[in-house]
Amino acid sequence: MKALSCTRLLAALVLALACQLGLAEEARPLADDPVAEKRLQAISAELRCLVCQNETIAGSNADLAKDLRREIRGMIQAGQSDQQIIDFMVTRYGDFVLYRPPFKSVTLLLWVGPLLFLVVGIAALQLYMRRRARLLQDSRPLSEAEARQAEALLAEGSNDTQGKGTAP
Amino acid sequence: MIPELGHFALILSLPVAALVGVLALLGAHRNRAPWIALAKPGAQALALLVTVAYLCLTQAFIANDFSVIYVAQHSNSLLPLQYRIAGVWGGHEGSLLLWMLMLSWWALLVTWFSRNLPAPMLARVLGTLCLVAFGFLLFILLTSNPFERILPGVAEGKDLNPLLQDPGLIIHPPLLYMGYVGFSVAYAFAVAALLSGQLDAAWARWSRPWTVVAWIFLTLGIAMGSWWAYYELGWGGWWFWDPVENASFMPWLIGTALLHSLAVTEKRGSFKNWTVLLAISAFSLSLLGTFLVRSGVLTSVHAFATDPTRGVFILAFLVTVIGASLALFVWRAPSVGLGGRFGLFSRESLLLTNNVLLAVATGTVLLGTLYPLLVDALALGKISVGPPYFNAVFAPIMAPLLFLMGVGPFARWKHASIAEIARLLKWALAVAGVVAVTLPFLYGSWTPLVGLGLLLATWITLTAVLHFVQRVQATRGDAGFLAAALRQPRHFWGMHLAHLGVAVFVVGVTMVGGYEEEKDVKMGPGDTVTVSGYSFRFLGVQRVEGPNYVAMRGEVELLKNGKVDRLLHPEKRNYHSSMMPMTEAAIDAGLLRDVYVSLGEPIDRDQPEGEWAVRVYYKPFVDWIWGGCVLMSLGGLIAILDRRYRNVGRRGTATPAQEAAA
Repeated sequence: MKALSCTRLLAALVLALACQLGLAEEARPLADDPVAEKRLQAISAELRCLVCQNETIAGSNADLAKDLRREIRGMIQAGQSDQQIIDFMVTRYGDFVLYRPPFKSVTLLLWVGPLLFLVVGIAALQLYMRRRARLLQDSRPLSEAEARQAEALLAEGSNDTQGKGTAP
Repeated sequence: MIPELGHFALILSLPVAALVGVLALLGAHRNRAPWIALAKPGAQALALLVTVAYLCLTQAFIANDFSVIYVAQHSNSLLPLQYRIAGVWGGHEGSLLLWMLMLSWWALLVTWFSRNLPAPMLARVLGTLCLVAFGFLLFILLTSNPFERILPGVAEGKDLNPLLQDPGLIIHPPLLYMGYVGFSVAYAFAVAALLSGQLDAAWARWSRPWTVVAWIFLTLGIAMGSWWAYYELGWGGWWFWDPVENASFMPWLIGTALLHSLAVTEKRGSFKNWTVLLAISAFSLSLLGTFLVRSGVLTSVHAFATDPTRGVFILAFLVTVIGASLALFVWRAPSVGLGGRFGLFSRESLLLTNNVLLAVATGTVLLGTLYPLLVDALALGKISVGPPYFNAVFAPIMAPLLFLMGVGPFARWKHASIAEIARLLKWALAVAGVVAVTLPFLYGSWTPLVGLGLLLATWITLTAVLHFVQRVQATRGDAGFLAAALRQPRHFWGMHLAHLGVAVFVVGVTMVGGYEEEKDVKMGPGDTVTVSGYSFRFLGVQRVEGPNYVAMRGEVELLKNGKVDRLLHPEKRNYHSSMMPMTEAAIDAGLLRDVYVSLGEPIDRDQPEGEWAVRVYYKPFVDWIWGGCVLMSLGGLIAILDRRYRNVGRRGTATPAQEAAA
């Protein structure tokens, strides 16, 4: 696995160098076709620039990012769909290139996790509130004056630590 | 000589921290007055020693003492003075010393502003802070000593990372660290309360202003970092969900939950255990952030494995702090009462829901940040988790939170009526709905995300205004509206201002996300490019000499309606000491939009006077993002100026319950 990603990186570097030679002949206004340009921005914002610290292909100024942007532009012009372009990038560079990790067994927890947290959080909240209501139900409700007194005790602070929290 | 003095002060502070920490805690436990009395001067001595050490390092930077390795690696004789002073925190060792400096100053502030705190409580708080300081000092001295010498010294320093040579660097890290480290005070109060068994409303009132101040610093620090990235990195973004950013965002999320939970504990005596847990978590996440950023684990799990000294130390420290606090919590928590009774729908239950959602959000950020590291460490491959992931999972958690933000202030303590609130707020919701459906068409197209964002922002604004007006009307009597409004307690003003800040922030995020435009073009002198009605005419590039760099400085005319509005100067800088060229974007900022130009590379490197790759952006409402953060901080500031914190802990003054009853 590791060896593979190294070769890929090397391939990317070689490609970056090779493409740079052809840089000067690029078509002038890069934004001739606004729709294609929008698609290019959307796709390249999903992809990682592999030679950078932590940057998208859209954001990076590195040569590799420029070349990949040009390559994607070419693929858009050749009529490929967004998915086809992204699939192509994954076959070349692996999942590492995707800032939106694919849904598979390794990333299962990553994608399900937030939902799981939410469900567990809300369930715990419900359970806690029910249990709390039940615990407080066991004691008889306080009269207004008693409640005020209990709160004053509760707030007072330091001297007696015993049982003031459980006053109601 | 001066670096040795600093080193000596730092070494001396180690036993001071240990001694004060142990004696203060033991003294409070055994009720030994002389030991308790030691805490205050002890913490002050610690602050003095660390400050001396810090100033000595600063002096070494100012004097260009390149025989100190750290200075030689992070400074240069050509570096302007302000960056030499800020350069102290430009690298690993120095940032840790800054961390330590902030910690000792927070302890110092506690000794100054807690005159009314009972002595044993103060001793426990300071003792805890000193023990944390001991851990950090040990870390600095054993693994990251900034005073280490190289003899003979080198002739010239390597220079500060050019990315950091910016006014943003001068402000961003100290703000951020003040926030990070500030949560240590909330943590120390929580530990002190657990140790003494005095988990009560008074404790919540003592620790609340400290927590808010730390939160204000963290908010400003994060906003500052985001703004800095926006104008300095040249890619036009304001947040990348980078692990380093997440490391500061997680304590912020939990800190925000803590603020709200403390409100309940103070007013109603409820959620005490939960509040303590949040205080412990906020500080633990600050430590985790320090670990992530400082251990090198983020750059590469494998690099971390080959030189794990620092990482392992912080990890051990982290485990000790979290483990000890949780053990203490488990020991003490069962004896803490439930507090006041409240209904399933009440101010309390809504604030608890706020807390759960914020905790879920924190868990999500934590998961996304650590997941690629775990996958890599377990040799399951390499994956990237970036903005598309976080945006996708974060929005669904935040949307209900923002919605409930509008409801919360209307709910009464103990028991609230859904029907009553629904009757009050249905118009606000209707108006927000209309805004969400129509307003986007003014900007072109309607998308669900823009609609949702505007719905929530309008909703928060309307409900805040409504609640404010309602409260003022209810209390004004014969007084004029303005007079009555000004008489409202400051915490009330603060809350609404902070909530409005969130609305402003949401507008910024929504609009820039929905309607920003960018063009990536190749421009020669005289060429023009247009985004969203703004034209940019490229006039060419000139060579400009800076103090320690050479810049290629672009001249770009910004045209509005065909007329020249102003001249913009994006730069590409080459620092003498670095191979990496730096981008300085030129921004025309405005209330409703920024326009932003950054220089890429010359198309032909031998002809810089020719064509350049240029990026131009139109960023609607982008400054509202940081404006919202500033409003939130301002809200926090006004809230802690509330009258009731001025007599914190003083006997005989109104207790929270008396106030609530009044």
